Amino acid sequence: MTAETSSTAPTGPSRSAIDETLRAILRDVLGLDQAQVDGFDADTGLFGHLPELDSMAVAGLLTEMEDRLDIVIDDEDVDGEMLETYGGLLAFAEAKTVAG
Amino acid sequence: MLGFDQNRPKRLLIISPLFDEANKFRHQLVQTMRKLDAQGVDSFLPDLPGCNESTASFAEQDLAHWRDAVMAAATHFAATHVLAIRSGCWLVPATLPGWLYAPAKPKQVLRGMLRTRILSAREAGKTETTEELAELGRRDGITLAGWDLSAELVRQLETEALDLPDGYRIIEQADLGGSPPWLRAENDYDPAQADALAGAIVSGMGEA
Repeated sequence: MTAETSSTAPTGPSRSAIDETLRAILRDVLGLDQAQVDGFDADTGLFGHLPELDSMAVAGLLTEMEDRLDIVIDDEDVDGEMLETYGGLLAFAEAKTVAG
Repeated sequence: MLGFDQNRPKRLLIISPLFDEANKFRHQLVQTMRKLDAQGVDSFLPDLPGCNESTASFAEQDLAHWRDAVMAAATHFAATHVLAIRSGCWLVPATLPGWLYAPAKPKQVLRGMLRTRILSAREAGKTETTEELAELGRRDGITLAGWDLSAELVRQLETEALDLPDGYRIIEQADLGGSPPWLRAENDYDPAQADALAGAIVSGMGEA
């Protein structure tokens, strides 16, 4: 993980900035407490695990990610794997931010 | 139209967000209006054509028509200031001063509605794509998340940039604190946010 972090382009947002933004989005969209989202780790289950995350909330989540992270999420990006865990969603957001 | 009118000199026209966010904000806006009333400000929340209690067909609306309606409402109520929220910010008259609360981008709002439709179709076992639906919308109009969008409105949402007129101040969610009301799954009311919003408007009117 250290190697991945150090390879991030110096001009892009730092990993922690994306991480922090993504936690804030989940807090706002799902109406969770800050303490709960602070406690998320890479293995924390999202879709199918958090009752707040139904398909309508997924639509809101993706739209808000596009807005706050300035990325574009295509139809084919949206699959079970991307939304399965917090770690998966964060990796997706990081990859999109670098690509964008 | 919902209004608090005592013929006072400070008169605020409120432009609600469009689409689903209108419902999310309704309670919050009405409570904000009560707080403004208590602090000596008249306020007016009109129903745009096709929205809420308007008898016009939603399917016949577009941004130009709504802008004309907002201008007519500003004149009718002799508004001195305007507060617009989210997608309502696209409709403000450039001739009045006021506030734009968390302005939304037209394209992003359309993408959100397209995505909602695609995800619910997927749950029903159907595959739809953004590109196909957008093309259909541009040509024939389209129903997204229960809203009948005219072809003209779809084309405007796709192409219009977020153009904020001079004379308006931006209010971001961070200025009010709390979580954004438009993101909540259930309609909600946050008294602290209503106080903060009313306070920003009353103090801004005092400076002018």
